[in-house]
Amino acid sequence: MAGSMLTRFRPYSIWGALCALILLVYAFPAFAQSFPPLSGRVVDAANLLQPDQKAALEAKLAAVEQATGHQVVIATIPDVQGYPLADYGYRLGRSWAIGDKAKNDGLIIILAPNNPAGQRGPRIEVGYGLEPLVTDAFSSIVASSMMTPKLNAGDISGALNAGVDAIAAQIKLTPEEAAKRTAELSAQQKKSKGAVDGGAFLFWIIVFFVVILPLVGRMSRGRLHSSGMGEALLWTAVNVASSAIGDRDGGGGGGWGGGGGGDGGGFSGGGGSFGGGGASGGW
Amino acid sequence: MMFDRRLALIAPLAAASLAGCGINSVPTAEENAKAKWANVQADYQRRADLIPNLVATVKGFAKQESTVLVQVTQARASATQTVLKPEDLTDPAKVKQFQQAQGAVSAALVNIRNITESYPDLKSNANFIALQSQLEGTENRINISIKDYNEAVQAYNTRIRTFPDAIGAKIFYGAKAMTTYTATSAGAENAPKVDFN
Repeated sequence: MAGSMLTRFRPYSIWGALCALILLVYAFPAFAQSFPPLSGRVVDAANLLQPDQKAALEAKLAAVEQATGHQVVIATIPDVQGYPLADYGYRLGRSWAIGDKAKNDGLIIILAPNNPAGQRGPRIEVGYGLEPLVTDAFSSIVASSMMTPKLNAGDISGALNAGVDAIAAQIKLTPEEAAKRTAELSAQQKKSKGAVDGGAFLFWIIVFFVVILPLVGRMSRGRLHSSGMGEALLWTAVNVASSAIGDRDGGGGGGWGGGGGGDGGGFSGGGGSFGGGGASGGW
Repeated sequence: MMFDRRLALIAPLAAASLAGCGINSVPTAEENAKAKWANVQADYQRRADLIPNLVATVKGFAKQESTVLVQVTQARASATQTVLKPEDLTDPAKVKQFQQAQGAVSAALVNIRNITESYPDLKSNANFIALQSQLEGTENRINISIKDYNEAVQAYNTRIRTFPDAIGAKIFYGAKAMTTYTATSAGAENAPKVDFN
């Protein structure tokens, strides 16, 4: 960060150098840490995902933003530089500025696969503006009960998809509806305690590998050369597939990516900020 | 004629030098630090709001632990009474008082966390799990808002003590340095590690 700043200011000679110096001094606490660049909606810096899995998730997240207006991003971090994950998470969120500047409605799902077991996440980092919808209690259920079992079974893409689906369904709601859904999920948790990781879990794993993966794979191979339309088709297909097998209500209504166009390379945060909302799982 | 021209030259110069003396930047930095303080207090309030529910839930499973429960209730009550107004942020004694009151709550909460280990039913209770995650999130928020506040205070203090803003800060505002906040408590070892590398 510091290096690029200096080179950028070099042409302006002394003043540039002075300004850079002042900026550096002021910016130091913020830039003391380095983060992977925000290369798209799925920043797989730890290389956990297959290209087709990544593409499917990117398309899904693009559709989530289309449908809800909220930016949701996935990050896999190879090295958290000694920070606790929650501490790293909000700094990452501020550095990437996910979410709208005025609404601070960004959300990041973070995995840190090289941390000691139990501290690898998933961390759901919630921007200020989404905290009423994605409460700590809700984040905790998603991270611990929906994602962690899949991660423990080695199904990283499945865990991320489950997390994104649950969050996408939640951020469509009004705060009242969201609170109700959280309470319902929490009650469910109580009833099906233990049963979740048994047969039902195996069932979903099988469903994932037999139904979703091939579908996603096929669609994303077809996507390579098309832009918005292919993406929309892919999302619709994933949506149809997931609703056909009785999953939760996906990311909602179509998500025609056609108008928006570029995700991936052209993706950037909207200026949102983070203040520590969210929860972590125990992967 | 000459005078007018000179005045025309001086006016913007005066404005520029006033602006350079912190006529705007000092109050801006001060308001920023105060706003960050408001966030700290809001997060502590958020924690205080969770405690009655926590006490009720724990009571349902661990009635005999009344000492710990009374302790946290009392700590909460005295902490909610210890209000720190933004204008008192320049008074280290008042800031310390606030720190101690909140520190007592943190310590009491650590005690609650410790006793829950011996109540498996409580630990697996859905309501308790939800509360636990909310408390964790709130502690996390408190840590972050304290860091943000301290950064804002540092920026403000540096501004009012360094040239050229120090001139305006002294002449126009009589600005006093604000106090940074340290969340020291018996439970500090349980709080996320702060690392300034």
